[in-house]
Amino acid sequence: MKTDQIIDQLTSDLEPVRVLRSPALRALCWLALVGAVTTAVVLGYANSAALQRLTAPRVAVECVATALTAIAAIVAAFELSVPDGSPRWVWLPVPPLLVWLAASGLGCLRNGLSLRGGHGAMGNSPDCFMFICAASLPLAVGLFWMLRHARPIAPLPVAATGALGVAATAAFILEFFHPFDVTVIDLTLHVSAVCLVVVLVTSLRRPLLDDSARTGS
Amino acid sequence: MPNAPTSEQRDLAWSQLMSAAQAGDRAAYSRLLREVTPFVRALLRRYCSNPHDIEEMVQDTLLTMHRVRQTYDPKRPFSPWLGAIAARRGIDGLRRRARRARHEVSAETESYETFADPAANIDIEAVRAAAEVEELLQRLPPRQRAALEAVKLREMSLAEASAVSGQSVGALKVNTHRALKALRALFRDTTEQ
Repeated sequence: MKTDQIIDQLTSDLEPVRVLRSPALRALCWLALVGAVTTAVVLGYANSAALQRLTAPRVAVECVATALTAIAAIVAAFELSVPDGSPRWVWLPVPPLLVWLAASGLGCLRNGLSLRGGHGAMGNSPDCFMFICAASLPLAVGLFWMLRHARPIAPLPVAATGALGVAATAAFILEFFHPFDVTVIDLTLHVSAVCLVVVLVTSLRRPLLDDSARTGS
Repeated sequence: MPNAPTSEQRDLAWSQLMSAAQAGDRAAYSRLLREVTPFVRALLRRYCSNPHDIEEMVQDTLLTMHRVRQTYDPKRPFSPWLGAIAARRGIDGLRRRARRARHEVSAETESYETFADPAANIDIEAVRAAAEVEELLQRLPPRQRAALEAVKLREMSLAEASAVSGQSVGALKVNTHRALKALRALFRDTTEQ
């Protein structure tokens, strides 16, 4: 088929569309919504021992870096979802992510690389793993529902940064329910949970982001 | 003779046409698509020199532009938005070419053995196999069969196949994949019986 024929067909198929709001504004809407829910959850259910732990400077840095990783990754995902978003947005979450990992690693060192969790050999680490995975799921559904409106032409970086954003959000919420300092096992399982969410969501990027795949049956 | 528009003027004109197209103005959209096609073609020449492949990439770019037209913000310049889509489709086109090159065998290298004597190719088994494949094709769901025939058997570009079959490019990819999978399963069942 010739290009002219395709142009004729596209023209005849044309329907009015609602222009998407700017990526920054959409990211802000998402972050405001998640921020409100997180605040409500923390105010209602936060563990007092965990809140006490957050007064320590290292833990506070870890918590802020986790939040900044989530914010940066979400902003990057929205910016990357439109065709003219610079590919360099993908690097935005990297600095806070490194600070988050460094602060958590420092906590492990201060604990003398103890393998013991808060309560026994594994402590509550498996619960932390489950928490990050389970909390990421509804967040991912909501975030990708918003992102798919842009029908990203390069879904991989959008999915990867979006997944990192939801996993970091879940890890941030976990800080308010984590009454003991991180151990090596804790950190390993936190990082594993985040990696699992990123890999899983990224591998599902086509059905999550490309709504034309739904018409394929 | 009037001066040719500068790139800024051209960009502004395209931005206005796109804005009108987003509101459903078909005349503006048709004009925009015809005006940007040479621009897109010139961009895609960076990725490929084969005119057929370039045209395929141009068509993919126009189809993608249509699909994501809601993401264009009229307050931002139009050319970078379109250029990013063209660049993406150019890279996809290169990947597609590389995949084809990996799976195709040059006819020249085997032409002597295969085509030297046409009578040698008349093989009753081949005829039976063709009939068998045809029969299996008929057992596929209509949309999958249409996608497979257009993309794999008639070797149309995705853009052409999309226009002919009425399925989106994404749907074509999915249906072709499913058709091949179903065909393999059907073939396996047939040979095991």
